[in-house]
Amino acid sequence: MNAVQTGSANLIEIRDLGKTYRRGKQAIPVLQGVNLDVAAGDFFALMGPSGSGKTTLLNLIGGLDTPSAGSIVIGGQRIDKLSGAALARWRAAHVGFVFQFYNLLPMLSAQKNVELPLLLTKLSAGERRKRAAIALQLVGLADRASHKPGELSGGQQQRVAIARAFVTDPTLLVCDEPTGDLDRASAEEVLGLLQQLNRAHGKTIVMVTHDPRAAEHATHMVHLDKGELVGAARVAQPV
Amino acid sequence: MKYFSLVWAALWRRKARTLFTLFSVLTAFLLFGMLDAVRTAFNAGDQLAGSGRMIVSSKLSITQPLPISLLGSIERVPGVRQVGWANWFGGYYQHPTPFFPNFAVSSNYLSLFRDRYELPPAQARAFADTRDGAVVGAALAKQFGWKLGQRVPLIAGIFPRSDGSNDWNFQIVGIFTTANPKLKAAEQQFLFHWKYFDEGNAYMKNMVGWYEVNLANPADSDRVAQAIDALSRNSDHETRTQTEQAFQASFAKQIGDIGLIAGGIMAAVFFTLLLLTGNTMAQAVRERIPELAVLKTLGFQDHTVLALVLAESVLLIVLGGVLGMALAMLLTPMVSAASGGALPLPPLGLQSWLSALGLMLAIGLLVGALPALRGMRLQIVDALAGR
Repeated sequence: MNAVQTGSANLIEIRDLGKTYRRGKQAIPVLQGVNLDVAAGDFFALMGPSGSGKTTLLNLIGGLDTPSAGSIVIGGQRIDKLSGAALARWRAAHVGFVFQFYNLLPMLSAQKNVELPLLLTKLSAGERRKRAAIALQLVGLADRASHKPGELSGGQQQRVAIARAFVTDPTLLVCDEPTGDLDRASAEEVLGLLQQLNRAHGKTIVMVTHDPRAAEHATHMVHLDKGELVGAARVAQPV
Repeated sequence: MKYFSLVWAALWRRKARTLFTLFSVLTAFLLFGMLDAVRTAFNAGDQLAGSGRMIVSSKLSITQPLPISLLGSIERVPGVRQVGWANWFGGYYQHPTPFFPNFAVSSNYLSLFRDRYELPPAQARAFADTRDGAVVGAALAKQFGWKLGQRVPLIAGIFPRSDGSNDWNFQIVGIFTTANPKLKAAEQQFLFHWKYFDEGNAYMKNMVGWYEVNLANPADSDRVAQAIDALSRNSDHETRTQTEQAFQASFAKQIGDIGLIAGGIMAAVFFTLLLLTGNTMAQAVRERIPELAVLKTLGFQDHTVLALVLAESVLLIVLGGVLGMALAMLLTPMVSAASGGALPLPPLGLQSWLSALGLMLAIGLLVGALPALRGMRLQIVDALAGR
């Protein structure tokens, strides 16, 4: 199918993307012939039934996995050709991740969890502390900085995860079902935060979700089915 | 260093497990420290140089006696100041236990050991003048309630009297003490005249167990030892001249090779430690696979994850090991003191600490290697999906 285009200045350009997993001698195609352009500053919702390849596509965009075919260019850089070490450096510099189950390190405080990506920078300890504190303030959890994940609610943990995702000021936020484990109120808070990061700070967001109400917070929706893009639409009036 | 808080936090993720493992490591290194002190103590006498006192015993075995006729030849060796001799008697008082060392000694024996035996001059004179007189250590006298002038029978364990009886009667004429706490074991000794023993025993005449030689100059020990051993070369009573410590080590080696025993125990302990901590680390990393995947997701390199897990493993072992060695340092002098000088353990030295640190690093790296490799090689997507 033709590339799904969302704007003129593309941050992400995906061409003829394919991903096939191998189980023994059996080849299992998960994605095939995916073409997609995402403009800088878009909030992009990837939707589709279970097994449609949403998370696989998200992992490829986030540089967590490498494709079997096709190309992925992000910010002008072809990431599908990068080595493992170079891809790790690229992720550290350009991508923030938000997971369904928060994936915070349970033995670290909220502050230390947010500081984690900053350990990969050359910032001093004081500067790392300061930036993490600001990030926690932005997600409304300055007073919970010393709390460990086990002492926070699901919504609060996800907000800490979001703070961790943007503390390095990445270009792209990659979110895998960020509201999948939350009640409605907490989900709204989290989506509101993502929207704020998108609108006020210009972060490009690619979010996988099952939830149509979550998708309505995005600027664009794309549907996948059986590993192929089957539809794309601009959200007329995001929530 | 910026990763230290991450390593430290990971180490204490499961406090109870870490504490139990630390305790195991601590115990292993406490044992290492103590056994190393024992090994050092037994090996301390291997060097002749600089020793002011030496012992001449049979080259074959310390249980083989030497002829008293050697005495004059040894006394004439240049550099020898004074020569005494002794013979193990192996008697007991009333019952075979409690055991105490008892020796038949030359009349000048006490003067050879001025640093060991402190005896009032009057009692020393009484000992010299009394054919069946005995001098005993203060601790031994106290143990059996012996008083000066009391007659004490010892039952021969090895040497019966020439009349066939095993009863040897002695008169306590002196009670000695020792000021040196490391030599307190000497206060358990029972000493009597070799002449009385030589005349009265049924088994051997004109033989001694070993000679004690005081040197005019300790620096001559090597040369004097060679000269003494040359006296009886190619005879049926070849000698071996060595320091007191080496002689005591030979004596102890009758029980067994202390170094080998200590080494065997340590090998068993550390093998168990390897299995235990290896299992702990493997379990700790297995539980944290998703967390390590998160670190890699954030951009941590494979080798950084490898280093983090190895650092955690080494930190665990070094922490427990240093605590164990520190405890061994505290306990060694206490054990030494409690043994009353029977086990004079040296303080843990730099060599012991360096060996221990080397072991800690090796064990830490060894037990951390497999979990660290697993962490390094994990595929982010699979690990995050719990596969």
